[in-house]
Formats: sequence, C-alpha cells, structure tokens
Amino acid sequence: MPAASLRRETAVRRILAVIAGCSLLFLGMIMLFLFIEGLPLFSTVSVSDFLLGMSWYPTAEPPEFGIFPMLVASCAVTVTASAFAIPLGVMTAVWLTEVARPGVRRMCKPLIEMTAALPSVVIGFFGMVVAAPLLQDLLDLDSGLNLFTASLMLAFMSVPTICSVAEDALFAVPASLRAASLALGATRRETTVRVVVPAAFSGIGTACMLGMSRSIGETMVVLMTAGGAGILPRSLFDPVRPIPSVIAAETAEASFRGEHYRALFAVGIVLFLFTLAFNIAARHISEKNSGGGR
Amino acid sequence: MKRTLFITLTAFCFAAAIFSAPAAAAAPAEEIIITGSTTVLPVMQKAGEAFMAANPDISLSISGGGSGNGIKALNEGLCRVAMSSRDIKESERKEGADKGVKAVRTAVAVDALVPVVHPDNPVQNLSVEQLRGIYAGRITKWNEVGGKDENIVMISRDSSSGTFETWQELIMAPDKTAPSALSQASNGAVVQAVAGNRRAVGYIGFGYLNSSIKKINVNGIEATAESALSRKWPIARELYIFTDGAPAGAVKKLTDYLLDPQKGQKAVAETGYIPLSGK
Repeated sequence: MPAASLRRETAVRRILAVIAGCSLLFLGMIMLFLFIEGLPLFSTVSVSDFLLGMSWYPTAEPPEFGIFPMLVASCAVTVTASAFAIPLGVMTAVWLTEVARPGVRRMCKPLIEMTAALPSVVIGFFGMVVAAPLLQDLLDLDSGLNLFTASLMLAFMSVPTICSVAEDALFAVPASLRAASLALGATRRETTVRVVVPAAFSGIGTACMLGMSRSIGETMVVLMTAGGAGILPRSLFDPVRPIPSVIAAETAEASFRGEHYRALFAVGIVLFLFTLAFNIAARHISEKNSGGGR
Repeated sequence: MKRTLFITLTAFCFAAAIFSAPAAAAAPAEEIIITGSTTVLPVMQKAGEAFMAANPDISLSISGGGSGNGIKALNEGLCRVAMSSRDIKESERKEGADKGVKAVRTAVAVDALVPVVHPDNPVQNLSVEQLRGIYAGRITKWNEVGGKDENIVMISRDSSSGTFETWQELIMAPDKTAPSALSQASNGAVVQAVAGNRRAVGYIGFGYLNSSIKKINVNGIEATAESALSRKWPIARELYIFTDGAPAGAVKKLTDYLLDPQKGQKAVAETGYIPLSGK
C-alpha cells in the first residue's frame, strides 16, 4: 500500500515537473528566438554604432540603425513617469493602511486594482484625444504629443501597480511593531514614518521596480502619445520615440529576415535586457531586506 | 497601424489558407502568387478578396516586401505578379532577361500625396523646395513661408510606410526627413494630429482628405483627381503590377478585374488612391 501511494506521489511530482519545465522551455525558446533573429544584425552594424548612433533611417540607402535617441527617450519617459507615480502610489498605499478607516480601505483597494486592469490602448487613446489637446492649449505647446503627456499617461498606468504591491507590503507589517512603537510614546505619524515604512521597505522597493518595468516596456501608450520624433529631448515637452513604439510601428512593414527586421529584433533584445535589469533589481531589493513586509 | 496590422494578418491568413488548401480540398484551384510593394498591397488585398469570391477556381497568395523584392521575385520565377510603386530599373530588366523573364508593366492606380495644414493656417501654397526645407528641418517657422510667427510642427509617417517612401522620393530626395518630425502610424492618425494642432503640417494620401484639415497647393497647383491623373500634381506616381510577358490566362483575368472601373478601380478609390480614368 505505502509503495502504491509513493508511486502515485512520484508520478504527480513528475507530471508537475514536466508542466513547469514546459513553460520554462517555451520562455527560453522565445528568448533564444529573439537572440537568433536579432544578433545577425551585428555582422553588418557595429554594436557601438547601433547603441550610440544618432539616426534611425532603416529603409534609406544605405540604412542607418542608431538607437541612442530612443534609448534616451525610453529612460526619460520612465524616469519622468516614476517621478509622478512612485510618490503618488506609495503615499496612497500609506494612506490606505495607516490612515484610512478599514471600511474605506476595503472599498478603495478593489477600485485601485480595477484601474490596473484598464487596457493600455484605452489610456493611450485618452492621452491622444483628451490629455494631449488639453495640455497643448493650456501650456501653448507646439504639440501635445510629447514626453510629458506620455509620462503622465504611463504614471496613470503604473500607480495602481505600485500602490497595490506597496499596500500589501505595508499591511503585512506585524501589528505588534506598531503597538510597540505607540507604547514607547511615538505618535501615529512617527510610527508610520520611522517604523512601518522602513519595515516594509523591501516590499515598497519591489513595488517601485515593478511599476518602472511596466513603464519601460509599455508600448501602446507611448506609441499613441509620445509623438514619435527620433530626437534627444531638450525639454519635458519635446516629442520623443521610446523603444517599444519603434518596434510596434515598424514590424508590420519590415521585410522578413531583412536587415530592418533584424534591427527591430536587436532593439527588442535591448528592451529585454532593460526589463530584465529592472526585475533583477526588484528581486535583489526584496531579498536583501527580507526582514519586513514581503 | 491598425490597417497595416490588418493587412499583415490577412496576408498571413491567405498564406495559411493556401498552404493548407492542397491537403484539405483537392479542388484544382489555380494559384497566383503576388508579392511586392506595400503601397500597392492594400489595393491588391481589397480587390483580391472580391476577385477570389468571383473566381473560386483561382486563389491568390498576396504578400508585401517592397517593390524591389517583388521584381526580384518575378525575375526568379517566385511569383507571377509583382506589385511595384516605381518603374522597373534597367539593371532589373537585364537581370530578368538573363533568366528569360520579360517584365511587362501595367498601371493599376495613381498614388497622390497632399500636404495638409490646420484650417486656421493662412498658408495656401508651398513650393516643393519649401516643403523639402520644412521637412529637412531648415525652415522652422511659419512666417518664413508666409504664415504666422509660430513654430512649424511637422508630422511625418513612420519610416517604413509606403507613404513615407513616396514623400521621400518625390519631395525630399536627396535630403532626408529630419528626425525631429513627429511620426504617426497611419494616414488617419496624421489627419487627426493635424486637425488638432494649428502649427502642424502633414502629408496624406489623396483619399484621406476631409473638412477637418486644409489641403495646400504645391507650386501653385491644386490637388484634384484631374491634376493627379494628368501628372500636373507634383507629388503623384503611378502604381504598377509587373508580369512575365503580357498577362494571360488567370493573370489576365486578374488584370482585367483590377482595371474594371466597377470592380478593381473601386477598390483603388476605397483604399485612398486615385482610380485610372476610363480603362
């Protein structure tokens, strides 16, 4: 009898291992495909010309594949969006756990999580049709489709992610810590700032990293609202062309396995490395301070 | 963007349908492989669907890849019809002759681009040189070309679209479009961007003109179907299909269909190009 149940146990374990292995295998193959399709570009274009080149004319004769303005654009959009989204997201999370009454919290949390489910194309459309003309008239800009509008829309998208993850981390801080702090005579504010937030620091850091990696990889919003000019932005209101929007706009027209096609895959590799770096950073933060929060 | 995506998807579906067809249905459908210019592709897609519905014994396999690739495929016998947005080059003709392929040209439509501005913009006319100066980034203020003292916001198409190529060839060459141009993914998006910005200038296919934007005369010529067909309009070009020898059999049927004012030429107008007058 015990032998039979042991066999069943091993069988189940093996099946699960195979299933898990499959999903890993598929992901690995997608990554492999990305590199196989992208890397041959570097036999004709040097890595430094690719990464630091200033002009992107994939269909000209001879073609130029410089992505430096796009790299800068992606970073600029992500940093600006985070400047809006991180304070907003974290503060909202703090308010929800530390200040708001439990009833309010129970109502607000699902609402915030619901906005995280808004399709990005809807946010992009809103930015293009409502926010861009409004900002253009309000600030007398040359064009409402620019770095600032795109960042605002990206922030709008990543606030719910940041808020929701940070809130989980804050909520997981043991009540005994708060009680101890209050018992020592600290005020509510001191308890929140000096005890609860530091205790949940790793969780909050992970939340920020997840929010940022969502911004950098987001395609539709930047395609629709960033303006798409391949220049280095000199002000917050210059139009830019972040990496994902290039891939989205041009893939359909690039001839299969042509140089342009390879270049777009190479751009994809760069984007992949970017998001990978963010995710590794997020993991690192959450492991380093695994004392509190999650 | 949506349109190109749709076209690619349809192309995939067609390809899939054709690859699986021999196994599934043993019907002796004659297959015509068509490839080439992405500018001509939407016309072929639209007309092709109706053509296949009318001729169930003929199936079309339509894909894009650029005029050059289309003509190359024709020369190598990989397709029976090549779509092209330009005439065949002497070198390509010679290459074909070496392989025994004699490319015959048939015009199927006229592609005309029109520069457009916001209706409030007082500028009525621009010369080709002025347009080139604007898009190359040398002219940056509207008052340099007779407008208000405002920055020019140039709106272009993403660099791999056929519209961008036409603009590049007929207006920009030998200059390049400045990277500071905003790029939009479709004719419709350009219309929307120009309609919403008093400082903007853009260019669109003739068929996308509407009352929310104002068309600009070029070199004093107004953009109309007549001026485009008579080749007075400076930003117009004919779109062609090339076949090996004069069209015959199923290919002849397809060519006739494309040139029929009630059928193929209707698809031409619906796609935003200018139909050839008469036949």
